[in-house]
Amino acid sequence: MAEQPLILGIETSCDETGVGLVRGTTLLANAVASSVDEHVRFGGVVPEVASRAHLEAIVPTLDRALTDAQVTLDDVDAIAVTAGPGLAGALMVGVSAAKALSIALGKPLYGVNHLVGHVAAEQLENGPLTEPVVALLVSGGHTEILQVTEIANAAELLGQTLDDAAGEAFDKVARLIGLKYPGGPHIQRAAEEGDASSIWFPRGLTSQRDMSRHRYDFSFSGLKTAVARWVETAEREGRSVPVPDVAAAFQEAVADVLTRKAVLACRERDVRTMVLAGGVAANSRIRDLTRERCAEAGIELRQPRLSLCTDNGAMIAALGAAVVEHGLPPSGLEFATDSSLPVTQVVI
Amino acid sequence: MDTSTPAVTVALHDGDQVIAQSTTVDTRRHTELLAPALVDVLGAAGADRRDITEVAVGVGPGPFTGLRVGLAAARTLGAALRIPVRGVCSQDIIAYGVRAIGVHENMPFVVATDARRREIYWAYYEPDGRRVLGPQVGAAADVAASVPAAPGLGAIRAAGAGALLYPDAFAAVIGPEYPSAADLASALISDAVPSGAPEPLYLRRPDVAEPSPRKSVLTSLRTAH
Ligand SMILES: [Zn+2]
Repeated sequence: MAEQPLILGIETSCDETGVGLVRGTTLLANAVASSVDEHVRFGGVVPEVASRAHLEAIVPTLDRALTDAQVTLDDVDAIAVTAGPGLAGALMVGVSAAKALSIALGKPLYGVNHLVGHVAAEQLENGPLTEPVVALLVSGGHTEILQVTEIANAAELLGQTLDDAAGEAFDKVARLIGLKYPGGPHIQRAAEEGDASSIWFPRGLTSQRDMSRHRYDFSFSGLKTAVARWVETAEREGRSVPVPDVAAAFQEAVADVLTRKAVLACRERDVRTMVLAGGVAANSRIRDLTRERCAEAGIELRQPRLSLCTDNGAMIAALGAAVVEHGLPPSGLEFATDSSLPVTQVVI
Repeated sequence: MDTSTPAVTVALHDGDQVIAQSTTVDTRRHTELLAPALVDVLGAAGADRRDITEVAVGVGPGPFTGLRVGLAAARTLGAALRIPVRGVCSQDIIAYGVRAIGVHENMPFVVATDARRREIYWAYYEPDGRRVLGPQVGAAADVAASVPAAPGLGAIRAAGAGALLYPDAFAAVIGPEYPSAADLASALISDAVPSGAPEPLYLRRPDVAEPSPRKSVLTSLRTAH
């Protein structure tokens, strides 16, 4: 069998500069430079800080990916880049670099969808997906349920957050209870010592009425307010705040609503495989509860390792590989970035 | 190439002269316009990408997002073709253009570009094109007080879109409005401008505030009722 084409993927939609190299569903390199440390003191991703970091990191990260994969740019057959969704200024750095690379190498360029890229990443871990799949994507930037019927060209959005992303909710609640940014890992650590059943926090959009209008959607602003009120009431009454218990109960509320709706989507759409991805999917409680509920429902759960779960270039290369294999036309050099690119548009 | 202003400008210089150029003015479409322009100038000159021996890019100052489009492209092009990339202050390119057409009439002049938020990026040049002040960012009205009094000259002449935006701050507005890549290439080839690493001249820090102490939810809920 002839060797599959070598695809180079570039990702700059948020605060990670990623360059990956992939053949088919085989991972060759996944170089990532993160600007997360520069955002810590601001308590969240600052778009301009992220964009500046992308510009500084893009060429060094490209070099590192090539070294890791032990290939040269001359070996690259096609380039894929995140065209959206994401932060506009950040996306533009990656797309501009990718277009220049396409010109310099004389190789085709594909502008692809970041969200579908997260699903494609799983193929690098456990091989080709048996479509259709339902994907639960949870990170600081997004909280979505997708259905992917054909990875290269048929994806739809089933539900999404109406306010904060799950990761943002973790960041904000961490700040409320005196934990550091990013909130995810700090809350998880604190929660290990806590009792999740000692406090009950609301599950957003799960009432009967909400389930008819926002069946697969999420909302975390009410949960965040509930935590804030609980903490303040305790403080006003002179009680010390049991940080581990609050962290555990909050985490449980998020994990419960995420997994409940994702499993529901699988059941109602008769989908037998779920992909869990995004940085927050690294949270052990979310992972465990998803595994548990998928097992109960007879759904196969697939999840890539953490480095493929968070934003990276390999996932974009993996999607690029699927798109090339499907023989879809390249995006050319004139396309614009689209910070709200719909998930139905896998290739721009 | 230069993308530090609304102009997306690309030119190809063969060492003797500019053999192809393209300039399009559109504030919001730098990412879309730059790469096709690169392909167009190569095509117009009948050149191949592998014929390029060096890349030069305007490093601003300029609005950040557009500026980065050119820098990301230039750096990546240089890395992929394994050729050097040089950065030039974008205002020096306009200053070179001013002298090329002689509109400064052998007087000192200012180059000003739009920095938004009612400010300009500006630099001050001797008649021979030497930059003696700037680039810096500030209100156009404050420029007059900052530049040396030119002998025999009541007020300052200024080039660039920033001068067109605030004509009252200057005695005369002269051309060109934007940097041109053709000027950039010619200026470098003739050693008329200083060059360095392709590092962006942002002049402003990222516009962010560190989070304030958390507000009382109970109080805000009460006042809302
Ligand atoms: Zn992501």
